[in-house]
Amino acid sequence: MPDRTDLPAPDAAPDAPRIGVDDWVAQAEERRERGRGVSGFLGRGWESSPASAKLLVLVGLASTLPFWLNEGDLFSYGLYTLLYATLALGLNIVVGFAGLLDLGYVAFYGLGAYTYALLSSEHYGIHWPTPAAMAAAMAVAAAVGLALGFTSRRLLGDYLAIVTLFFGQAFVAFANNANPKVAGEGLTGGSNGIANVDSLSFFGYELHTTEQYFYLLLIVFTLAASALFFLNQSRTGRAWRALREDPLAAEAMSMPVNRLKLLAFMFGAATAGLMGTIFASIQTAVVAGNFDTSLLITLYAIVILGGLGSISGVIVGAIVINVTFEFLAPSSGHPELKRWLFYGVIILLLTRIRPWWRAAAVFVGTIAFGFAVHAIAHAIDPSWTSGHVVDAGRLAGAIEAWVILPTGKAKFDTVVYIGLVAAIIVVTQVRGWWRTIGMIPTLYLVAVVWENVLVEQPAVTRLILFGALLIALMMARPQGLLGTARVEIV
Amino acid sequence: MHLPLLDIIDTIRTLGWGGAFELARNGIVLGSLYALIALGYTLVYGILKLLNFAHGDIYMIGAFIGFGVLSAFGGAGNPSIAILPLVILMFLAAMLGSGLLGVVIERFAYRPLRNAPRIAPLISALGVSFFLQNSVLLLTGGQRYNYGTFELGGDLSTATPGPLFRPAFTVDQRPVTWVQVLVVGTSLGLMVALTLVVSRTRLGKAMRATAFDREAASMMGIDTDRVIASTFFIGSVLAAAAGVMFGLYIGETYHFMGFLAGLKAFTAAVVGGIGSIPGAMVGGLLIGLTEAYATGYIGGQWSDVAVFGILILVMLVRPNGLFGARAIQKV
Repeated sequence: MPDRTDLPAPDAAPDAPRIGVDDWVAQAEERRERGRGVSGFLGRGWESSPASAKLLVLVGLASTLPFWLNEGDLFSYGLYTLLYATLALGLNIVVGFAGLLDLGYVAFYGLGAYTYALLSSEHYGIHWPTPAAMAAAMAVAAAVGLALGFTSRRLLGDYLAIVTLFFGQAFVAFANNANPKVAGEGLTGGSNGIANVDSLSFFGYELHTTEQYFYLLLIVFTLAASALFFLNQSRTGRAWRALREDPLAAEAMSMPVNRLKLLAFMFGAATAGLMGTIFASIQTAVVAGNFDTSLLITLYAIVILGGLGSISGVIVGAIVINVTFEFLAPSSGHPELKRWLFYGVIILLLTRIRPWWRAAAVFVGTIAFGFAVHAIAHAIDPSWTSGHVVDAGRLAGAIEAWVILPTGKAKFDTVVYIGLVAAIIVVTQVRGWWRTIGMIPTLYLVAVVWENVLVEQPAVTRLILFGALLIALMMARPQGLLGTARVEIV
Repeated sequence: MHLPLLDIIDTIRTLGWGGAFELARNGIVLGSLYALIALGYTLVYGILKLLNFAHGDIYMIGAFIGFGVLSAFGGAGNPSIAILPLVILMFLAAMLGSGLLGVVIERFAYRPLRNAPRIAPLISALGVSFFLQNSVLLLTGGQRYNYGTFELGGDLSTATPGPLFRPAFTVDQRPVTWVQVLVVGTSLGLMVALTLVVSRTRLGKAMRATAFDREAASMMGIDTDRVIASTFFIGSVLAAAAGVMFGLYIGETYHFMGFLAGLKAFTAAVVGGIGSIPGAMVGGLLIGLTEAYATGYIGGQWSDVAVFGILILVMLVRPNGLFGARAIQKV
């Protein structure tokens, strides 16, 4: 692009709020960055194409998935990505558009699932037609959302966070433990949940296979994304954004702030309720454990990774998070890919270091450091290096010669893990050459911890990584991958 | 028709006054732990307007450090030093360790976001909480570790409890054990100390000034970053003390304990009026008593729901909490 000379000069202090500068000028630096290379070209093309075309491309690509994925992969990669994406869209209304920190979102999802399960299963022998049961689930979720929002409506946003967080916990406790007797039967089935939930059926057409559910979810997702797009453009959407940016100013402009908040809250709850019904019928059972905080964190990671308030960001977030999640799943069918993904991401992050020779120094230094440590540890006591890696495929030999894998060393895991966390904290606090030097042992520790601790407990690892991701994103890019940076204008 | 309410009245009648006293005793002990944790939430909220979700996990780490010290000295069954210095050592190590952790978390996860939009540090706090919880899950494998202080200085084979679990005094033949006295006494002592620090010292004055208006305070020459770090340190120290006391009293430490206790302490802080120090204390006791009575009269599985009910009730009747001042928004 030769005609990019209209960009103003780079700012000396990019983080500081600038005075007398509007949004376009303030974001000039970002556009300048985006202007280069293939990614810049694609990025600009993506940005300038209309929203309907974007959605069409995505849906078109997604609808071909059943043809080249086997049933298991379609279930874990295709179906769940769509499920999470649609759920995250609902969360995005509340958190991204209206700026309310709703920590009980998963409870509404559970509420929808339980409502559907009660209305269409053998539990009470009630079998409502699917559309009616779905509508009822959405209505219940929205009504409870309204009631809950009402209690904290007079309050600052922070109180909503604690009320909803507790609501999520109380919901799980209620479903799991309280299980009150209604009509001679435990209402929620306790920790066993409700089994034998009917599959969805629309006017005689019953859904059974993964493929059918995949297409159903694709339709639901498309509808939800379009609805959200128009909602965002509408008067209400504008009002929400105004509310998010400055509730006080919005109120002064005579916007009904409380009503708008409640509306956003209800919309989010109803979306979650709808997804709950689909989830219940996919699982054919409802268990309270499905609606705990780890799902909440996963959804937040999706919304925040993609960018708060960005619809396409939610899709990207859902794909990245769910694919990572499934790769790291204990029962993943591709154990060796886990490792490729992990080291790949690290090397990718390394290439972000500027100038390039510093990145090269770190890379070479880490490899040399590893062999040195390995040799020294081996010389001191061979048991330090006598372990074996899990599911490494072709990399096994290389890793065993580079990473120390002790056998029979109690507390080794704890020590290296805490050491790694400490090393990361130190590296982020120092600057310049110290950081470059510090990165070498830190990276090696990352590899040691990965091979010794994380690989063995993938289910926990992925949750730790999500937690770390939330912190790191807030530091590095609070607006997420596709969100637009909010510029503070003074 | 069978009414659950009749069951509850029946239980109240069977348990009688003695039962009510025992529940009150349990509630006060539990409540003083909640109050200690709630103080940390309230202090941080007062100064940064940040809901520090990671605070409950600092309490959990404190409990684990205490357990680590206990097992380093041979465990409760066979301690290598006398009981009193051992308990004091556990307290000191946990308080120092957690205090430092709190400072590191503030420095690493919150300080860079001081001028970011309000939601950014909240999400960062959520991330820290989740990270700490799952790190401990990773390292412990989800195992529950028991302090086993019933055994400390006692003899299991003859079912003789250690000195901590011997009755300090009895009320109408219902015992109050030394550990319960220790929990309530230590909590009271720490609360008095905190109140003195906040109202009488230079640091306390700086804390109040920073809470009132951070920018103005920094213009007056107060190093607000240091004040905030100190606030995190103090809050974490209190949480760690609560963690060790929970270990001594109940015994079980596991990765998820911080989330549950943190949630209730958080509720205590909100019920009492977040930002208010006496509010956190009263709120803690209220939540503890609610939980104890709900467990005794309705059933343990209902305690969370009952506490949630109290939270909603207070939110409806007094939106700013029992001791909270009406928030005046400055523009």
